[in-house]
Amino acid sequence: MSLFFEDLRIGAETQLGAHVFTKEAIIAFAILYDPQPFHLSEEAGKASIYGSLIASGWHTAGACMRLIVDHRERQRAASAARGEALPKIGVSPGVRELRWPAPVRPGDRIVYSGRVESLSETKRPQWGLVASRTFGVNQSGVEVLSMIGAVMWERRQG
Amino acid sequence: MDRLYFEDFPVGQIRQYGDFEVNTLRIKAFAEQFDPQPFHLDERAAQATMAGGLIASGWHTAVMLHRMNYDGFLKRMASQGGLGVEEIKWTRPVRPGDRLTAKCTIAAARPSKSRPGLGIVDFAFEVFNQKGETVMTETLIALVERRPVAEGAAR
Repeated sequence: MSLFFEDLRIGAETQLGAHVFTKEAIIAFAILYDPQPFHLSEEAGKASIYGSLIASGWHTAGACMRLIVDHRERQRAASAARGEALPKIGVSPGVRELRWPAPVRPGDRIVYSGRVESLSETKRPQWGLVASRTFGVNQSGVEVLSMIGAVMWERRQG
Repeated sequence: MDRLYFEDFPVGQIRQYGDFEVNTLRIKAFAEQFDPQPFHLDERAAQATMAGGLIASGWHTAVMLHRMNYDGFLKRMASQGGLGVEEIKWTRPVRPGDRLTAKCTIAAARPSKSRPGLGIVDFAFEVFNQKGETVMTETLIALVERRPVAEGAAR
């Protein structure tokens, strides 16, 4: 199979992989981008409603994006190895319904998966728009992230 | 430094703040870790893409906004974290050399039904570049502590 917009199917599911959040990485992210006390130290985390240090929701989302890109690259490498043409992947107009239903704590292993929600036309004839719902679930089966992201995807020419 | 509580975020209130300098180093450092696509990593490769040159990851713009929020008011706010984001729109590319500012409008505010000490606030953010163009919008829903009633004041 190839990977152009026309080859994508609504409902298709993808296992994206897993990411382990270490205490060090949680704090390093927080220092740069989200230095709220409960993302910065165990002591402040204990004093918060969460009862421990927790990862910034933006960190949980960033780790997800990384796995999405890595997964796409693996697919493209496999496709290239079969001598198939590769579609261009465009930019994203946005995301919606991003939810952090439960916190991510140090040592948590989050497994991410995705499902194609919709495939739509765009104003540009060579590009389609793919919207996918992505989930992150921890080692106890609790959902910690969900969102619907969209990305422009090249259509087969002619 | 006065703490900002739920009661300090009335609907319609507007704050403007921030001056975040976007540079190539920061764009690439974020992308290497979280979003290693060609148009976020390499100027040459980016030329051949839809972006037409190096652009910041949308997630990077989101955390640049978040950092401006922190410095602008979040560090004073009695925050108990975010519940989620209704929508993020990346309306224009963010490129090296851009300087970003932020505007926050309180879109909704209500006491939490399940947690009496907390309120829920909907923050509508807009991020602008140095030309005043909107590069991103975001609506974030967050938990904020209600102002504690001082000893004796409630009697």
